[in-house]
Amino acid sequence: MKDINQAIIPERDKDKTPAIECIGLGIDFGGLTAVDNFNFTLGRTEIAGLIGPNGAGKTTVFNLLTKVYQPTRGKMLLLGKDTKDLTIAQANRAGIARTFQNIRLFKDLSVMDNVLIGLHNEIRYSLAEAIIRLPSFWRAEKVARERALDLLSIFDMADMAEKQAGSLPYGAQRRLEIVRALATNPTLLLLDEPAAGMNPSETGELMENIRKIRDMFQISILLIEHDMNLVMGICEGIAVLNYGRIIAKGTPDEIKSDPNVIEAYLGKKGNANA
Amino acid sequence: MVKNKKGIPRLLAYAINALLFFVFLGILNSLIASGIFSSYYVKILMLIAINIILAVSLNLATGFLGQLPLGHAGFMAVGAYASAIFMKATPLPNFVAFPIGLILGGLVAAVFGFIIGIPALRLRGDYLAIITLGFGEIIRVVLLNIDSVLGFNFTYGASSLKNIPKTTTVTNAFICVSIVLIIIHTTIKSKHGRAVLSIRENEIAAESCGVNTTYYKTMAFVMSAFFAGMAGSLYAGYVGILNPSGFAFMKSIEILVMVVLGGMGSMIGSVISATALTVLPELLRSFSEYRMVAYSLLLIIVMIFKPSGLMGTYDFSLSRIIGKCGDKISSHLRKGKEGRR
Repeated sequence: MKDINQAIIPERDKDKTPAIECIGLGIDFGGLTAVDNFNFTLGRTEIAGLIGPNGAGKTTVFNLLTKVYQPTRGKMLLLGKDTKDLTIAQANRAGIARTFQNIRLFKDLSVMDNVLIGLHNEIRYSLAEAIIRLPSFWRAEKVARERALDLLSIFDMADMAEKQAGSLPYGAQRRLEIVRALATNPTLLLLDEPAAGMNPSETGELMENIRKIRDMFQISILLIEHDMNLVMGICEGIAVLNYGRIIAKGTPDEIKSDPNVIEAYLGKKGNANA
Repeated sequence: MVKNKKGIPRLLAYAINALLFFVFLGILNSLIASGIFSSYYVKILMLIAINIILAVSLNLATGFLGQLPLGHAGFMAVGAYASAIFMKATPLPNFVAFPIGLILGGLVAAVFGFIIGIPALRLRGDYLAIITLGFGEIIRVVLLNIDSVLGFNFTYGASSLKNIPKTTTVTNAFICVSIVLIIIHTTIKSKHGRAVLSIRENEIAAESCGVNTTYYKTMAFVMSAFFAGMAGSLYAGYVGILNPSGFAFMKSIEILVMVVLGGMGSMIGSVISATALTVLPELLRSFSEYRMVAYSLLLIIVMIFKPSGLMGTYDFSLSRIIGKCGDKISSHLRKGKEGRR
């Protein structure tokens, strides 16, 4: 097995600090250890997958990375900087954006407003400027709206800008969540089951889009997914989680033939009758 | 030319708004001057203005921020007493003292809003309701029992604070309403307002979009308290005598009813329902004992048939309507031309 603290493709990003580096990250809920000894490094512009059976702790890892939970043990470096004591919002400003397993859009607001909230920290004017409606307010709003439309047009959603977010079809809601995350200008994008509930052709399109946004924005992407076609097709590196621990790490081909992974998913050989 | 999203050029929209403001103010004043509106009507008009400010400011915390504070009357009381004491003590002429008192009332209420908001906004839903309810009652009980501080007679407790200069007029109340509506509207339609709305929609998603939720919650809450304090100042200058019993729990509920009836998250809804719920009890005076029954029935009926409130989250936009009419007219003209060909 490879050195556990190495990025999966170390060659490409040799001289750069990794996008994220987790060292012995762990969290307990009461007496239950949900994630333990999580060592993981993700290089810049790398697409990696986090897979594992249900309840393995994948979403918990996401919540640790985005600071929804503070880790009990270990530390996490974002672009080489320690993220201790950051709040969720600060972690986002430091460069982590995410989507959610169960879509969390601002449903009653328009698609445009959803993206504009993603752009919140990019828009710079004070409350006083907004109330008096100084020209600087209108200028900043105009720039932000154009940027939002640009982002929406990546997914061909610019014509939906004035629609209510909750009224969009399911696939479009998932895409909007990605757009909103991209609007926060991240260095690391976390996608929690982006293909859930999508049909094969939509999933194919999604794979194209994930690659496209990586190339366009030069960001690293970590995704949780159960759709193995997507994971194997798009990820350059994969980490497999079971019972809160990483049991295997490597390229898709290595993972496919790893006996630990096969055991975690299918059970032990010769144990079928037990 | 710079245009709104839909509708008409921005400067024209401003001009129309300013024009409407002065026309409406002119009509009100001429009706009062010509004696068509008796002093009874004038009083109701002032009360409507105060209630609109209260309802719209509570709507900021309830409809837009999505919290449920039940101590709005407390903020109103703080503002009312602060400005009443100032107005009684100040040697300044009324036209100078009035705006100062107004802002002072708002600021004092805002300070209280800040102090209450910091711990209260860590809680959600019913817990926030209970803590603000407790706050409102504390204010009332303290005001009821304190007569003097360090030997200075301040609030006169249960025997009422009397002889407050009656500075509130229909004109300045109307101006206050307009200012409050403009400030809340412009706030909501800015990045700060969007942040507040995002907290209502989904707090975790808002945070992971980089929105500092604690800051924006406090901001909306403090603004809401500020305007409640302003309404309190207006109220002090309207009645001329303040008694703590006027700011009891039921007053908070009354304001909340206005907000819910009008539609949480709709400013025009709050304005309409504040007006209706101020006028209605007066209209029903002739039914004497059935008055409150009719009032309650109306509320029940609206809640059954339109649970989201009269206006839902709809907000009125004159420029949108004019723009739409303009589009229709121009498309008609175009059709007409094509037809002739």
